[in-house]
Amino acid sequence: MFALGLIGLLVRRNLLFILMSIEVMLNASGLAFVSAGARWGQADGQVMFLFILTVAAAEVAVGLALVLRLYHRFHSLDADAVSEMRG
Amino acid sequence: MGIIFYIAAVVAILATVLMLTRLNPVHALLYLTVSLLSIAVVFVTLGAPYMAALEVVIYAGAIMVLFVFVVMLLNLGRQTVSTERTWVSPGMFVGPAILAAILVGEVSFVLARPGSVTPPAAEIGPGQVALSLYGPYLLGVELASFLLLGALVGAYHVGTRKAQGRTGGSGSDRARVTSGGDLVRTGANRPSGAA
Repeated sequence: MFALGLIGLLVRRNLLFILMSIEVMLNASGLAFVSAGARWGQADGQVMFLFILTVAAAEVAVGLALVLRLYHRFHSLDADAVSEMRG
Repeated sequence: MGIIFYIAAVVAILATVLMLTRLNPVHALLYLTVSLLSIAVVFVTLGAPYMAALEVVIYAGAIMVLFVFVVMLLNLGRQTVSTERTWVSPGMFVGPAILAAILVGEVSFVLARPGSVTPPAAEIGPGQVALSLYGPYLLGVELASFLLLGALVGAYHVGTRKAQGRTGGSGSDRARVTSGGDLVRTGANRPSGAA
């Protein structure tokens, strides 16, 4: 799952798909934490998944706001269109 | 536990692969939702029912709603009704519906035969998680609250259009009215200073 998210991040050039791939990667790491916690019978894995959930929510809020601004600025969701930004 | 876990895992991987290969963001969102739901089923089989509930509520609920809103906002200006009609063709529902039907079948199987899901280790309920969360991880909880507050303020700051005052009051108001709204105004109607 994590590898799929990473491949999606590298292959796609659409900003929305890049954000979705980041979600997939965060989700996969959370799944790894929960399964490890279930393997050893500890609650720490689920606590870590809660933190990952928080990070994902914060990331997607800021990321989608940035995507909206960039779309209004460049009229495109191409990640290469933003590469001319300086400073 | 075994067969349900493996079916849900295969559904998750299939949905993710199909999500990455879609060209249309709305189709990809459907597959991503199915993938998150199947991850929730995997959590149940791993003995973490509280995390499964949180996955459904927060990931598949809140975050997907955010994505859907942004997709709607981005496509308001340029997409016409005809392209919308081709997007919402009945054929696009077939793939996610099949994968979701597999998940529904699993859930109904588990509901019909209670006790068929036995986690490999002892089930870790919300009580244990809460004791650990507010015990040794209390500092992490505080940091998470900082992070959420920062994200809230940051998203508001990035999301507001600060250039409204620069273009002059009545003119920009008229432009907004004629072009149908603030977020609709793109292309030629957009004032040059608005960025």
